[in-house]
Amino acid sequence: MRPFQYTRAPSLTEASNLTAGEDALAIAGGTNLLDLMKLQVETPGQLADINRLGFADIEATDDGGLRLGALATNTDTAVHPRVRSDYPVLSRAILAGATQQLRNKATNGGNLCQRTRCFYFTNIDQPCNKREPGSGCGAIDGIAKLHAILGTSNQCIATYPGDMAVALSALGAAVEISGEKGERSVPVRDFHLLPGDTPWIENVLEAGEIITGIVLPAPVGGTQIYRKVRERSSYAFALVSVAAIIELADGKFSRADLAFGGLAHKPWFDPRIGECLLGQPPSAALFEKAADILLEDARGYGENDFKIPLTRRTLHAVLAQVTGDAA
Amino acid sequence: MTVHFKQDEPDNSNRLDRMKQGVLGKPLPRIEGLAKVTGTAPYAAEYPIENCTEGVLVTATITRGEVTSIDHESVLTMPGVIAVVDNEKLCTRAAQGTANEAPMQGPKQVCYWGQPIALVVAETFEQARDAAKHLKVDYREEEGAPIDPGAVEPEEQEDETVHQGDLAHAMADAAHSVDVTYTTRGHASAAMEPHAAIAQWDGDKLTVYAALQMLNYNITELADALDMEEENIRLISRFVGGGFGSKLGISEEVVAAALAAKQIGRPVRVVQSRQQVFQTVMRRSETTQRLRLAADENGKLTGFGHEALVSNLPGEDFAEPVLQSSHFLYDGENRELMLKVARIHRMTAGSVRAPGEAVGMPALEGAMDVLAEKAGLDPVELRLRNIPEKDPEEDLPFSSHKLAECLKQGAEAFGWDKGPRKPRQRREGEWWIGTGMASAARVHNIAEAKARVTLKADGTALVETDMTDIGTGTYTILAQIVGEMLGLDPERVLVELGDTRHPRGPGSGGSWGAASIGSAVYVACKAIREELAAKTGTSEEELELREGEAGTGEALTDLLEGEDLAREGHYEPGDIEDDYTASGFGAFFAEVRVNHYTGETRVDRMLGAFGFGRVLNAKTARSQCIGGITWSIGVALTEALEFDPRDGHLVNCDLAEYHVPVHRDVPDLEVVLVEERDGAASPIQAKGIGELGMCGGAAAIANAIYNACGARIYDYPMTPDRVLEAMPE
Repeated sequence: MRPFQYTRAPSLTEASNLTAGEDALAIAGGTNLLDLMKLQVETPGQLADINRLGFADIEATDDGGLRLGALATNTDTAVHPRVRSDYPVLSRAILAGATQQLRNKATNGGNLCQRTRCFYFTNIDQPCNKREPGSGCGAIDGIAKLHAILGTSNQCIATYPGDMAVALSALGAAVEISGEKGERSVPVRDFHLLPGDTPWIENVLEAGEIITGIVLPAPVGGTQIYRKVRERSSYAFALVSVAAIIELADGKFSRADLAFGGLAHKPWFDPRIGECLLGQPPSAALFEKAADILLEDARGYGENDFKIPLTRRTLHAVLAQVTGDAA
Repeated sequence: MTVHFKQDEPDNSNRLDRMKQGVLGKPLPRIEGLAKVTGTAPYAAEYPIENCTEGVLVTATITRGEVTSIDHESVLTMPGVIAVVDNEKLCTRAAQGTANEAPMQGPKQVCYWGQPIALVVAETFEQARDAAKHLKVDYREEEGAPIDPGAVEPEEQEDETVHQGDLAHAMADAAHSVDVTYTTRGHASAAMEPHAAIAQWDGDKLTVYAALQMLNYNITELADALDMEEENIRLISRFVGGGFGSKLGISEEVVAAALAAKQIGRPVRVVQSRQQVFQTVMRRSETTQRLRLAADENGKLTGFGHEALVSNLPGEDFAEPVLQSSHFLYDGENRELMLKVARIHRMTAGSVRAPGEAVGMPALEGAMDVLAEKAGLDPVELRLRNIPEKDPEEDLPFSSHKLAECLKQGAEAFGWDKGPRKPRQRREGEWWIGTGMASAARVHNIAEAKARVTLKADGTALVETDMTDIGTGTYTILAQIVGEMLGLDPERVLVELGDTRHPRGPGSGGSWGAASIGSAVYVACKAIREELAAKTGTSEEELELREGEAGTGEALTDLLEGEDLAREGHYEPGDIEDDYTASGFGAFFAEVRVNHYTGETRVDRMLGAFGFGRVLNAKTARSQCIGGITWSIGVALTEALEFDPRDGHLVNCDLAEYHVPVHRDVPDLEVVLVEERDGAASPIQAKGIGELGMCGGAAAIANAIYNACGARIYDYPMTPDRVLEAMPE
């Protein structure tokens, strides 16, 4: 077998030390990591089990928000009464992902760090710049139906596969990170990175840093929707997904926080969309304008060209649903 | 003592209806169900074998060429590694169903990306898996291997070709005509249990525990591959976690395990990884199908054309038999049918869930819907008008024919609105709602079969055959047949399957298992009844047996006088195979919703009405139909193998990315069993069930998509991108 060192981290400091090495990884639920290890896509020499570190609680913050422990499971988070009542878009997004069995095991921190399901990434006998820098991108000119249309590079067109982070992005949540240099907080919208010339760097975590929690701001209300378009009705990754928090006042948009999944190497949040909608009365023309902004720089790779019109139509559907089919 | 019955004439005696136990056809739960759900039914990889080692297949990373060297030393120093097996007898493909000879051997020649080329054996599975990934292999690659079926000149399968009358003329003269081209994508069997084998030698005797559907052929295939005598081989396959065609023939791990065990002198287990099962066993070929239908002003077909292009590797005899039911399903005196195979270097194409009709019927029944619209006819009515009196090509009578009844009873049960139809009539919020229907047809296959039945002195019975139960209910229906014939509660019948020490059955495949092995058991039981009749001084026809007693009041245990009574039944289909065209028929009705914005399609309800002869167990029969309809949802909406356009490797090779329908995709399915007795199909008057349930169902969904939203799509599966492209603004 491929030998690796397994250590149960007794403390956060120890977890940081253990994962600071170059071939070290933290493991929590393991729902993604173990699969990748079996395929030898991930070949860590050191695994630090962080499951005993605590931070599995879901608790109120002083400003009325909610702190989700990084080790709370997806299931516990999705069914938490406060998540359901105050952040329904998050509950819906989590429940739209994976299966009940996987969600029971998967943790919130791990979910943020899950890796792409690109076919060329998960097959070590195929080229992939993310897995093996410099080997090329198999998906460009290959099978790319599920791949990105926004923020791609000539190195990588993979998507970030998750649902939860798309809702967190719409909600404006922040990721709490602890490392050797201390603690820091990073907005979810800035946590994941575009591939650029370094597609193997997927988020801002530095060596030795551990996610300890996710902080949700005080509830904002509004109508909260998570719409996931997929080829079968469960256990499939999004062709496109939309997390939307929408409010109307006097017939005009007073809140429009939207984030998108399945389109890019990260949950896609474009502040210009909210700016376009706010203060305007809903109309088909307005929805089209929002879609124009969103898709201004979209680029298809043949097989995934359909995602451009599909995203436009899905955005339209979500906005029409909230505004009572105004358009 | 063996009793041989070769069936040359239909048997319409309805003997089974006059037995007294009253257990045949009853919805009994599966005998082995409890063992399976409690984990006590051993599957191939689960037998505890002492001193067993683990083997992992190494697969090629080129499309075509030659293995020039395999560096054994590169892994032999790794922990736990015992051996590298690259014997020239290793198989590089799985055997086709009923091949009865070894599949392609010789791992030096590479014909497709992912082809097995060696086996690494180690003490533990993890060690073997790691070593397999590290084995150094050098290749000489031959560039330019064709992998696109449209880019090569295909070969005509001449025995499929029909030129009858003048179709071009009929098309030109037709009041209504349709000329459309459908495509379907490749499919995987996607059985839950991966392909696995444990091989153990005792001197020159070999025992293999394997996941196989047809031991009677598999033993010959394995003997041929290993150059051995069959009597030195024992194959065991008592429980199989789904086959769906992928386990018809032996595949690479069976031979590899046997060769490795011989080489190292210890038992070897080889379990294919999920990715390997997808990439090395069998794919259903993609198809391109042109349908031409010519009809007169009344919608009566005057011309029928069906031409299909499929693909396979060089050297494979199998060509997806797309036209199988097209030969006889509908009238039309001017006929043009042709099947062509493109030789390409993707993995082997072979039998996957209802080969032929699974993809041929969705195309044909889609075209029929187009014709119904053009002719202004209700689609049910169009089909009723075109049911032939006899096989339109072979001039043979049908063994039985329940299409009309299935169409009528299905329409009634579904609440089908008769009359001409218009698309885009019903919308609820974002969703367009519509209905569609299609006929079902699947040729009836039957095979030679042997089984031994022993009526024990203690009044219980034993059935022994190498027949397999791949999850379909074979154990249960055999207990029911014996129970009915010998007057026993099925709980008193022990059924032993899946061991080549027993008489040879037909194997499970082509939906022929139940009718074939059931007939062998019937023949054996009849012979036992004759003996019992003699003991009671009556005739076999008049002998009444119920609850362990003869009608004359004597207990079976008394009649047997302490002796077991055993007969081997040997059933062989004779002239009935040549004198009749035999098929199961049915009808599908579906209601779907299509999202106006996203093109997502969801099936709201679906019904299938099927006529396939005698129902042996109403519960397992219904389960088979439900499984078939579920497959047809996959064909219609979700299932598609994706091949890399450059090296031809199968890209979506696991259950997360190859989309079989999930529970949420499958609504409440309704099944109407249209019972009949088909004496020309088999002595027990039963026909095949398993596959019929998917043969055409995808078209009912496709036709419902059109009725719902006006998107007429000619490419399966109808994923959101395709629906949106075809959706009118």
